[in-house]
Amino acid sequence: MIPLSGDIPNSKGEIKEANEMTSISRGTSTLKRGFAHMLKNGVVMDVTTVEQALIAEEAGAVSVMVLDKLPSDVRKAGGVARTASIRIIQEIMDNVTIPVMAKCRIGHVYEANVLAETNVDMIDESEVLTPADEYHHIWKWDYTTPFVNGARSLGEALRRVEEGAAMIRTKGEPGTGNVAEAITHIKKVNDELRSIKSIYDSGDKQDLVKMARELKVSYSLVEETAKIGRLPVVNFAAGGIATPADAAYLMSLGCDGIFVGSGIFKAEDAKERARAVVLATTFWEEPDKVKEAQKMIDERQSILGLDVKDLELKMQERGGTV
Amino acid sequence: MTLNIGVLAIQGDVTENFLSVMASLSELGIDGTVSQVKTAEQISKLDGLIIPGGESTMIGQMSLVNGALKTIKEKIGSGMPVFGICAGMILLSKNSKDRVVGDVEQPLLDLLDVKIERNSFGRQKDSFEAEISLEPIGISSFNGVFIRAPSVSEVGKDVQILAKFEEKIVSVKQGNIIATAFHPELTRDTSLHKSFVQMVKDSKP
Repeated sequence: MIPLSGDIPNSKGEIKEANEMTSISRGTSTLKRGFAHMLKNGVVMDVTTVEQALIAEEAGAVSVMVLDKLPSDVRKAGGVARTASIRIIQEIMDNVTIPVMAKCRIGHVYEANVLAETNVDMIDESEVLTPADEYHHIWKWDYTTPFVNGARSLGEALRRVEEGAAMIRTKGEPGTGNVAEAITHIKKVNDELRSIKSIYDSGDKQDLVKMARELKVSYSLVEETAKIGRLPVVNFAAGGIATPADAAYLMSLGCDGIFVGSGIFKAEDAKERARAVVLATTFWEEPDKVKEAQKMIDERQSILGLDVKDLELKMQERGGTV
Repeated sequence: MTLNIGVLAIQGDVTENFLSVMASLSELGIDGTVSQVKTAEQISKLDGLIIPGGESTMIGQMSLVNGALKTIKEKIGSGMPVFGICAGMILLSKNSKDRVVGDVEQPLLDLLDVKIERNSFGRQKDSFEAEISLEPIGISSFNGVFIRAPSVSEVGKDVQILAKFEEKIVSVKQGNIIATAFHPELTRDTSLHKSFVQMVKDSKP
């Protein structure tokens, strides 16, 4: 069952159609959050070409995310990073059977409209691209297409859910091949969840109201989340994942699945590595399988990686304060 | 006699099916356990299995890797009831084709005598909820949650059609196999899961 906390009834994205025979609804919370449920325990891979999308599908990815450049190249290129070419997104949609996602800039309503019109299966309002609005995220209840958003803390995650995100990914630092930030953030979210759950269990409503103020979200959403003790939507890990062991570790911290960006197609053994990351994500509880997966990759071919301390641009900070 | 029901936990909507079976057992007052299963050994001990929604290509490939697929096939062949939902329905089938991409190479169990059209109703934006009727198993109204759903385009002679939506077949039964293109685990209605649990109970001597 999917808790529907923060649900806005009769939002613009919800469409009802009726004829004399049947009545149907599209874009409901159940359909949008349910879509994310179907990805659980899977790996979503960043791709820039049809060829990479086909490799991802063959390796067992549950979805592909189409970008113009892989995050590490976005970092190198500098300048403004925008949504990918519609032509390439379309071409990938025509060639793989798994769902296709694409990224739009934070707050860029019309990039989102274009992606929704292109009929991608999910839109990622992503900090990897240059934010278009420093003060607002997209009001995602307006869309029939589901959205995924990044978050570094419980407050950030719940604010995105309140705006209509159907899925969350805890942010790492994209394009670094360094998993440290992803680990820090999922642990932080877990700690915060434990803390509101214990307040809920103690029955102290006043303290829970105080938490809602601190998290800058509505009381009802905080209460619902505290009650179930987890995010009310599917939560994947993202940012800096480069090896099977990285993926398995994040799964063990309670993530519902994994996004891999530059980690696969910036490595020299992309095909083997894609397969290995899927294996480790699926069988993360079995040490021998994770070892087998790790054995499939060659560390000398991993993305070199960057120390987060030395970065001039921290993508994770984008959109985090609002 | 305790029923041992498993949910294939390779990928997809596992927890929700687990909870729906738990609820069904308690509502029916049937003594049973539910577990999330991955390995051939776990599957060999089951009285009934649910193959949940998710990505059928991925679930198929990963169940092939650890030998689970072979055991599932043997168990169903020897009479164990199975409930395939969405991706699970695709995996049970003999033949599957994507509406846009066409023929796809993917491991199938080759047991349910149907042809499947994957992504039959379109992409995610076209996903929908609608009322479905499964008269042959006594469920007159059910909220069907269709997410990038497949449909059945052809059925063999031993296959019973349980439900259609706008002329497309969305639920079938063949002996100990039951399958739906929609997701009962995403609703609070346990009638389909209860019907499956009853099927598992009746299959035990």
